[in-house]
Amino acid sequence: MENHKRIEIGEGEVEKIIEALNRYHGIDFSGYSRASFTRRIQRIADKDANGTFDTLLHRVSENKDYFYKFLKEITVNVTEMFRDPSFFNSVRKNVLPELSRQQSLQIWHAACSTGEEVYSLAVLLHEASLLERSTIRGTDLNPEVLLTAKQGVYPHRNFQEYGQNYERSGGKVSLSEYYEASYGNSIFKSFLKDKMTFSEHNLVTDGSFNKFNLIMCRNVLIYFQKPLQAHVVHLFKNSLVTGGFLCLGSKESLLFSDDRLAFEVVDAKEKIYRKI
Amino acid sequence: MKLINLKGIEIIAIGGSVGGIKAVSEILKSLPADFPIPVVIVLHRLRNVPSSLQSVLQHSTKLRVKEADEKETIAAPFAYIAPANYHLLIEADRTFALDYSETVKYSRPSIDLTFESIAEIYGKAAIGILLTGANDDGANGLSSLRKTGAMCYVQDPDTAFAKTMPQAAITSNFGCRVMPLAKIGLELKNAVHQIN
Ligand SMILES: C[S@@+](CC[C@H](N)C(=O)[O-])C[C@H]1O[C@@H](n2cnc3c(N)ncnc32)[C@H](O)[C@@H]1O
Repeated sequence: MENHKRIEIGEGEVEKIIEALNRYHGIDFSGYSRASFTRRIQRIADKDANGTFDTLLHRVSENKDYFYKFLKEITVNVTEMFRDPSFFNSVRKNVLPELSRQQSLQIWHAACSTGEEVYSLAVLLHEASLLERSTIRGTDLNPEVLLTAKQGVYPHRNFQEYGQNYERSGGKVSLSEYYEASYGNSIFKSFLKDKMTFSEHNLVTDGSFNKFNLIMCRNVLIYFQKPLQAHVVHLFKNSLVTGGFLCLGSKESLLFSDDRLAFEVVDAKEKIYRKI
Repeated sequence: MKLINLKGIEIIAIGGSVGGIKAVSEILKSLPADFPIPVVIVLHRLRNVPSSLQSVLQHSTKLRVKEADEKETIAAPFAYIAPANYHLLIEADRTFALDYSETVKYSRPSIDLTFESIAEIYGKAAIGILLTGANDDGANGLSSLRKTGAMCYVQDPDTAFAKTMPQAAITSNFGCRVMPLAKIGLELKNAVHQIN
């Protein structure tokens, strides 16, 4: 089948990569779950037709451009608009009415990737007449995805599904009200973008930088081992006002964190919590 | 009938797509309530819509059917289903890991990924079963399982609702046991009687 020798990524190779990433780039992946992480590295190695593991390790360590490419590949950046429509429906029903009591709203999308989730929530905020008073911060470890998020320009081919998701989330108009179509892209209108700023933030190493009324962090904790999950939940607890909401991915939970006691459950199925 | 040996088997992985719910039910139906081996099921399913897969499968079996949770320890007598819109992987400590990465062969969950992960962690202590389906997901996964020496079953394509998936698996792998559903179930059931 393949005539080049495959670089096999096993436990030892993964630990060497993790060590190099920390030593040369100051990024700590030691708390990441190994099954997915190993697969990501194997994928990169498989594209590397003629290399050996040592050349790969060397390039990751010494070559900045390669490192950024590598970073992009190992972190999973997949995302979509209104992923889990029932979750967004619950936000409409259970979170936004509570938030509407506040004069101003601070919202943090942690690990927002290319931003589809940020625009999804902005649509909901607009429909609840809360966008005007909101300040929305999107952060991610990966600077490249944040550029996309800032632009708010996405391939149009996905929007049929996004439109359906939006309707299932309780959307009343058509999602197309919120973007202009141009050359195969959908460009979100600026009134949605105006409230957003994007910046780099690493959940492992960076601390709390504000107090928020709502933190959304979905489908990131699944990549972290239990102690790192607990660390991040602690960071969120310290970054929420009392009565602030925390939204996790539909298969994530506060189970592995002692800080779970600082939260009440708003919607168990949709993983919506509130700091008490 | 030749008796297969389930001694040393620690996990059974089942994959399928179109027509898969009925086919999996057929196999689960034959397994006794105290079946000592956990079962992991990967079926292609719609995303972003409410799903009744769990309750539908529960009706067909005495095993306890549940969606796999991240970091959950794998144990009998459970039949775990891969959640919609996530890949399902296994960690070295035999817990589940969920992964929301790119689709593989247009599928998430991907049968290939789960089977490959199981091959890596369990080696020949696994059994792979591939059922009906309209694409060739699962064929590579079965190869990984076969390479580590795991026994594999493929539903006889002539008896499958959609032939493409089982046919692709048979074409690209040697030594799979090819038979109708009822017979796969019977083999597993009789083998359990043997070890108990
Ligand atoms: C699968 S995406 C989730 C996107 C979105 N929340 C969703 O559910 O659709 C995971 C994101 O987490 C980011 N990420 C991974 N580790 C991180 C860390 N330590 N700090 C900040 N972001 C991280 C990745 O760069 C990626 O963009």
